[in-house]
Amino acid sequence: MSFTTDQNGYYGNYGGAYIPEMLHQNIQQLQNNYEKIIKMSSFQEAYRKLLNDYAGRPSPLYFATRLSDKYGCKIYLKREDLNHTGSHKINNTLGQILVAKQMGKKRIIAETGAGQHGVATATVCALMDLECVVYMGALDVKRQAPNVARMKMLGAKVITANSGSQTLKDATNEAIRDWINNPEDTYYLIGSVVGPHPYPDMVAHFQSIISEELQQQLIKKEGIKNPHRILACIGGGSNAAGIYYHYLKNKKVQLIAAEAAGKGIDSGESAATSILGRDGIIHGSKTLLMQTSDGQITEPYSISAGLDYPGIGPMHAHLIKEKRLDVYPITDIEALEAAMELTSLEGIIPALESAHALGILPKLEIEKDEIIVISLSGRGDKDMEAYQKYFKYAKKHPHEDLEKSFLFVP
Amino acid sequence: MKSITDILKSRNLLSIYLTAGFPTVERTIEILTEIEDYGVDFVELGMPFSDPLADGETIQQSSVTAIRNGMTLANYFEVLKIVRERTDLPIVYMGYLNQIMQYGAEAFCKKCNELDIQNLIIPDLPIEVYEKEYKQLYKKYGLLMSFLITPTTPEERIRKIEALTTGFIYVVSSSSITGKKRKITKKQQRHYEKIRAMNLSKPTMIGFGIYDKETYEFACRYANGAIIGSEFIRYVAKENAAQFLTSLKS
Repeated sequence: MSFTTDQNGYYGNYGGAYIPEMLHQNIQQLQNNYEKIIKMSSFQEAYRKLLNDYAGRPSPLYFATRLSDKYGCKIYLKREDLNHTGSHKINNTLGQILVAKQMGKKRIIAETGAGQHGVATATVCALMDLECVVYMGALDVKRQAPNVARMKMLGAKVITANSGSQTLKDATNEAIRDWINNPEDTYYLIGSVVGPHPYPDMVAHFQSIISEELQQQLIKKEGIKNPHRILACIGGGSNAAGIYYHYLKNKKVQLIAAEAAGKGIDSGESAATSILGRDGIIHGSKTLLMQTSDGQITEPYSISAGLDYPGIGPMHAHLIKEKRLDVYPITDIEALEAAMELTSLEGIIPALESAHALGILPKLEIEKDEIIVISLSGRGDKDMEAYQKYFKYAKKHPHEDLEKSFLFVP
Repeated sequence: MKSITDILKSRNLLSIYLTAGFPTVERTIEILTEIEDYGVDFVELGMPFSDPLADGETIQQSSVTAIRNGMTLANYFEVLKIVRERTDLPIVYMGYLNQIMQYGAEAFCKKCNELDIQNLIIPDLPIEVYEKEYKQLYKKYGLLMSFLITPTTPEERIRKIEALTTGFIYVVSSSSITGKKRKITKKQQRHYEKIRAMNLSKPTMIGFGIYDKETYEFACRYANGAIIGSEFIRYVAKENAAQFLTSLKS
């Protein structure tokens, strides 16, 4: 079984390029060139150099002693939060900005949810002296204000998307419309393993540095290449794609994903695509998608702006269908509690997105000596406002109320 | 029933786009019933979609309203059933692929056939996927297919699209989403001239950015006619669509 794309950009039944004719030339140009560019030795040299000297790779594989003690196993954190700009997103933006330069593009556009991809894009644009425009949903502009400020300081123009749920989905729509309006000089730098082929494959490729390093680091620390389980959060799914990548064919390694259950699967306010989604088309790709019976895309909800997306990358949809990936829905409250747990045990404040991956731990039946690797995809600086609100609220309300509560609005 | 293929043999055709269910379901039915009296040759009736990638703000907003008014694909067909009792105005289906997928491709075709929708425009169905997955099915139900070409579509691909087209070729006037109002540019004129010089074997209709008598007439010089979408919707919202249509042919 294959977990990579075929020549038309499909993972099994998922993926492809369902794009209006206006985007055909741009997409085809990218399809025809990206593999060639990535394979060039000059590209590889420049990319690796930037990853090491600029982004600070390899990211540490940290043995979390106290967290391990609590769960009675060996837990390692892959510290993508320590990268320059504070998340795994920089791995992809560094790769794609080199592709864009090679293709002679002058203007970069991007979408962002939590703002991490927006910041990572604004950063590489400053580095390469390219014009940068970032689309961000109005709700996300509010709840991730520190990242908006960072993008602006980095010289990017941040355009607010006011349509729909005013989150990542709508920011992506606006970015695609910008690309239709500016087909010649503009490069669309997508931040996740979503969108039309070749984006899912290209972004997964750039993020695969995570599992490449992980294999080597585990050999050094444990004398083995394979952990028992790998945990990651999925919105579109780029950090998950990266940390799974070199393990996809190795079925001895259990791959587990957290998706945002928001206020609960049945609450009508979640982004639990694998459970609530059906096959459909979003942002140019056939994948699992939350939608009405009539095919209107549903407005998702999650406390985490980075997971607040009604779709999922086509690679992950395929992994789920083939039962290669197990998905756990994690609610807002579970994620917040997991964030608090990591902070108090290890002195690491995770991003709300990564907190969802940590939220899987209490749900697993864990055997002693088991090795679990968790993708700590980003740091929590941007989420302090949500965390503070939660602590204030949690102090006044007993735990049982909290679990059921719809009153807590971050 | 009027055949759209026959109509497309003429010139100076005027087609308008309307989002089904906008501003209300009743008004959609009224407009479709009366519009022929205002010189409109055929209508693209849009099925509203939550995430219309190729559309600008006007059509997006009209879609939000229409969905709120309860427009579903099933209701779309109900509207057509009523309209068909009143007029034989040719109607083109325009909608994004996801809704057809959810409805069921074959069930969708059957319904179109029943209600005499002769022509389809599905902006996010690329010709490659159409050829592989939909061509035979549409043929079986006698549905004609119209595809878009844009200023960035190379000649070789235009020829491929020409060969696959069974309805008309939808010439997008400039590199943009729908609803942009701009003066006619030299670049646009060159694009029109290039298309005309290709002597395409299929009828052509120019759309996107057609918003008044001048842009409409200019487009008609190069194609079989033109399509007005966003601007028509703006006038529908202002309740003076009739006046607008009259002004185009005055």
